[in-house]
Amino acid sequence: MENHVTELIQAVEKADTSEGLLDAVKALCAIRHQAAISTLIDVLKYNNPGAAVAAVDGLIEMGDIAVSPILEQVDGYNYGARAWATRALAGIGDPRALELLLDAALNDFSLSVRRSAAKGLGGIRWEKMPLKDATRAKQEVLAALLKVSQDPEWVVRYAAIVGLENFAISTDGTFQLEEIFTRFQEMRESENEPVICARIQLAESVLDKYR
Amino acid sequence: MSDFAEYESNSPSLTVEQALANLQQKDDSGLRYYAAWWLGRFRVKEPEAITMLIDALGDQTDRTPDGGYPLRRNAATALGKLESIAAVPALIDCLACEDYYVRESAAFALEMIGDEQCIPALINLLDGGVEAAVQVDGKPHLRQPYEAILEALGTLGARNAILMIEPFLAHSTEKVQYAAARALYQLTGENRYGDRLIQALDGKDLQLRRSALMDLGAIGYLNAADPIYNTLAENSLKLIALKGLLENHLKQQSDALSDQSKHVMELMDGLL
Repeated sequence: MENHVTELIQAVEKADTSEGLLDAVKALCAIRHQAAISTLIDVLKYNNPGAAVAAVDGLIEMGDIAVSPILEQVDGYNYGARAWATRALAGIGDPRALELLLDAALNDFSLSVRRSAAKGLGGIRWEKMPLKDATRAKQEVLAALLKVSQDPEWVVRYAAIVGLENFAISTDGTFQLEEIFTRFQEMRESENEPVICARIQLAESVLDKYR
Repeated sequence: MSDFAEYESNSPSLTVEQALANLQQKDDSGLRYYAAWWLGRFRVKEPEAITMLIDALGDQTDRTPDGGYPLRRNAATALGKLESIAAVPALIDCLACEDYYVRESAAFALEMIGDEQCIPALINLLDGGVEAAVQVDGKPHLRQPYEAILEALGTLGARNAILMIEPFLAHSTEKVQYAAARALYQLTGENRYGDRLIQALDGKDLQLRRSALMDLGAIGYLNAADPIYNTLAENSLKLIALKGLLENHLKQQSDALSDQSKHVMELMDGLL
């Protein structure tokens, strides 16, 4: 098994075409071996969107064991790689990534990082957080999402709505649901992107059952 | 991964007064060039800005070594972003400029402004048809900015140009083929033209896939939603393309969300 992983890792490192790299990344993801994590994180820096999507999927499948390596290896100077790493952390939903996601959603200069972080804030798996910390963390997440819903970029506002919807679902509608509905209403009144109004409408219809 | 808007966050900030002053002075061509771009980027629709930009379309001072007119190019682009109807006659004149890039910027600008009076001048540039649409010796471009011309004719609803456009589906350059397919879809609503662009999403070249994504978003071809989601390209571009599809679809819908709308949003959610 170990030899096989090494071979698959080398195949990723040696790939010299886009398709070759994509195939190698998919093969490496398929074995779901912990030793592959570091290589998959490296792939996020290659500026190859197809391979990056596959690597992100692989890291998300890997789940919690990938969180620390991603947090350690996030490349602060490459916004493409940072966006993909944020996507992976968002998809895993481990609360250890919460600080990074909050900071990224609110402060990153790259809109692709802000949008994946906003979505990720809605996907935190609260059951993995000690109850005593969760209430405060939920308050922070909600406040951040409400703030991000005012982002100047449409796609980040869109992601904030998705984040708010998922946040309400992840808390079973028990955490300040009315505040979310109020914000949706406010947004609809000031928003000039029809796509965002449609996404709000969808979120409202999904969340209606908690009211 | 590229988010084009992000490159702009490092540009120096101006005030409207500074930009206008920079555009008016003649000593520093770099400042004028940047000011023209800036006025478009920040949608400064003040009459004074428009007058100055129209004036800059006739600039003689800012020249490249091979005779190009950089300031004219930026001024044309800016006037397009400002959707300035007043600039249409001067932009039509620019379609005859000897600088290819001025003609290209003018065609894009006329598309954005959306005034039909430029249609005959655009059609003129298709003279000689696809046989004449060859590369200029020693230059990296074709005889005319065909992509921009075809796209403009499509957006402007130039149905009398359909027969002129059709042969460009067989042009040797893929991007020109896509521009023709895009225009023909807009002019006829026939799926075969939209499907030609979906096919392009399967191509080997990332640049061409990006180009097809932008075209599909621009025409709002709903059948392309899943192929857009699945093509190998940046999520940012896929999101922009899907936004175009959804916007177009929402225009035709009543207040209730259709299943198609929900499906497009589900795809968009997956790309965030």
